[in-house]
Amino acid sequence: MMSWMGRSLLSMLAIVVVATSAGAQGTLKIAYIDPLSGGAASAGILGQKHFNYFADKINAAGGVNGQKIEILAFDNKVSPEESLIILKKAMDDGIRYVSQGNGSLVAHAITDAVLKHNERTPGKEVLYLNYAAVDPALTNEKCNFWHFRFDADADMKMEALTNYMAQQKTIKRVYLINQDYSFGKAVAAAARAMLTKKRPDIEIVGDELHPLQKITDFSPYVAKIKASGADSVITGNWSNDMLLLIKAGKDAGLKVDWYTYYAGALGAPTAIGRDGIGHVKQVTEWHKNALPAADPDQIAYEKRFTGKEDDFSYWRVKTMFEMLATAMKNAKSNDPVKVARALEGLKWKTALGEVEMRADNHQLLQPLLISTMSDKVKYDVEHTGLGFVTNGKIDAKDTATLTTCKMERPK
Amino acid sequence: MLELVIFSLLNGIVYGLLLFMLSSGLTLIFSMMGVLNFAHAGMFMLGAYFSYQIGKMVGFWPALVLAPVLVGLLGAVVERYGLRHVHKHGHVPELLFTFGLAYLIEESVVMGWGRNPIENRVPPSLDFPLFALFSTSYPAYKAFMMLVSLGMFLVLYLGLKRTRTGLIIQAALTHPRTVAMLGHNVPQVFMRVFAAGTALAGLAGVIGGFALLTAPNMAASVGPIVFVVVVVGGLGSLPGAFIASMAIGIIQTFAVALDVSTLDVLRRLGVGVARDSAFYEALSIKIAQAAPMFPYLLLVLMLILRPKGLMGTRET
Repeated sequence: MMSWMGRSLLSMLAIVVVATSAGAQGTLKIAYIDPLSGGAASAGILGQKHFNYFADKINAAGGVNGQKIEILAFDNKVSPEESLIILKKAMDDGIRYVSQGNGSLVAHAITDAVLKHNERTPGKEVLYLNYAAVDPALTNEKCNFWHFRFDADADMKMEALTNYMAQQKTIKRVYLINQDYSFGKAVAAAARAMLTKKRPDIEIVGDELHPLQKITDFSPYVAKIKASGADSVITGNWSNDMLLLIKAGKDAGLKVDWYTYYAGALGAPTAIGRDGIGHVKQVTEWHKNALPAADPDQIAYEKRFTGKEDDFSYWRVKTMFEMLATAMKNAKSNDPVKVARALEGLKWKTALGEVEMRADNHQLLQPLLISTMSDKVKYDVEHTGLGFVTNGKIDAKDTATLTTCKMERPK
Repeated sequence: MLELVIFSLLNGIVYGLLLFMLSSGLTLIFSMMGVLNFAHAGMFMLGAYFSYQIGKMVGFWPALVLAPVLVGLLGAVVERYGLRHVHKHGHVPELLFTFGLAYLIEESVVMGWGRNPIENRVPPSLDFPLFALFSTSYPAYKAFMMLVSLGMFLVLYLGLKRTRTGLIIQAALTHPRTVAMLGHNVPQVFMRVFAAGTALAGLAGVIGGFALLTAPNMAASVGPIVFVVVVVGGLGSLPGAFIASMAIGIIQTFAVALDVSTLDVLRRLGVGVARDSAFYEALSIKIAQAAPMFPYLLLVLMLILRPKGLMGTRET
């Protein structure tokens, strides 16, 4: 009798020991590689909070296929070299999922390294989930089976902007002003090509490239825009280059509509302030007033993070986690190769409409919104009393662009 | 066209005057003490942040006075308890000291106010268009900037050339021992000069803070150009710094307005360049794109051709 009880106690103990050790080793680790210090840290930290929030949410519902998700954050200081060192370390530690978003240069380095690693070490493949790096090349000539992008690329966003602009009959003269590097040039080229095609009657009265993040006063550029007689300006500028441009425009009494990529990015609404009301527009997959009522995740997130810069901002991170969990459930496995196959062509219903992960180049098709800065909003950003209101929505299927991707799939 | 020219000129003058406000303190400190202060732009940034913080409590106009005073006091402390000790060991430790200080200031600002730009608005009493010409309006705060910097130039110039204190300062520069023999406290004179110089940077910060963007990288973005002004104008020369900053401001502003490339000039001269030529890309860069390069080009040329600068009195 005693021996039977002792044995069963022992075996129960053994089960507990096994279970806890499995729990410790058995989490599904995602390496989050983004800037957590230095000038770009605020964006990286904001992303990290979104990742933690959605991982915790999935874990609270029991995880995926019996595994809990664990986010391991690494600081890459937006440097491709640092990122590669981190990536190497993460892969050596057996991490099978990595994610990154800030900086297309970093994204290029990571996607190359992941591809090489996966070719050399079959059975230990790594998936790269890109949530914000928007260089079109990543899903075209540089595409590979292991890279999935959940943000619309620069060309898709321009497609959305120009579709909306084509309908605005009041637009007659457009000025392009962009930063003098690969991204700025890509924006300028796409804007010119698409506008000429969609509205040949629009005159492009200026095509300016200025040095990247070096201008302290944009007044000379604004004087030029003014002299050109433009009624609208397209800019891919980000950070100071965009804030100072809009500020200089306001000082000179420049009456134009600004079509931007990043007017809603962290810190921008605070700096632009009321000058932007009615004239500053952005193209994004989401903003806080995109839905008639706040999304439950928006409410829960902002209950958990309450700082001035803690707005719920990355709708696509929500989509990414939901699609990842669904793909894992469909594949009945957390193995990256099976998950990648399940992600290909996966359709998913979001509150804003259906989205789809393209199978041919691994680019997510999602609805895009054109919105304008306003002070009459239900939900403001950065405690400014300002927010965005939707002007137009482009459905997911209409954002698709042609791809040059020739995807090679593992056998 | 006329509109573009007039407003480019106005913009150039304002930018030049802001540069002057920044560089006058630097050149003052350099001419009196021989210290090339790398932390000067940091003091400019502190001026902006202090005025924002003080302005929130007591309003802009008191902040306009209080913030520079505070920055000046900080400068006095830095000189008295830091620089004075380092000074004994020569110029290189001094440079390294101010270099380190610049980093300290930037990191403290990040800790205190965060990494993102703060909401440093133009005070309501200055936030209106002063006049409108053709269809472009000119903001009142820019005119205010002009007024303050011109006033500063006058007070400084007269103070150094026409007052007793100015005389002692100038004498202490060349003959410190003799001045000390005459019963003046030379280290204290130096401390006051350093404090006054940093207070000027603080004043520039108050005004530049809302004209530009108040963010932790504002020191780094104006730092290099200020050195250009001081070197081109002639180290230690106040009128030189004035002329150099105006010239740089105006040249840079007008360069932006010029959409002409070397290629266009060659074409005008009847020289064609093939599209597949190796030089095509380089030649097609417009003057506007190269505008930010001009001040540094001027710096390099000046050091080669006239090392003492426009109005400098000694070789550097």
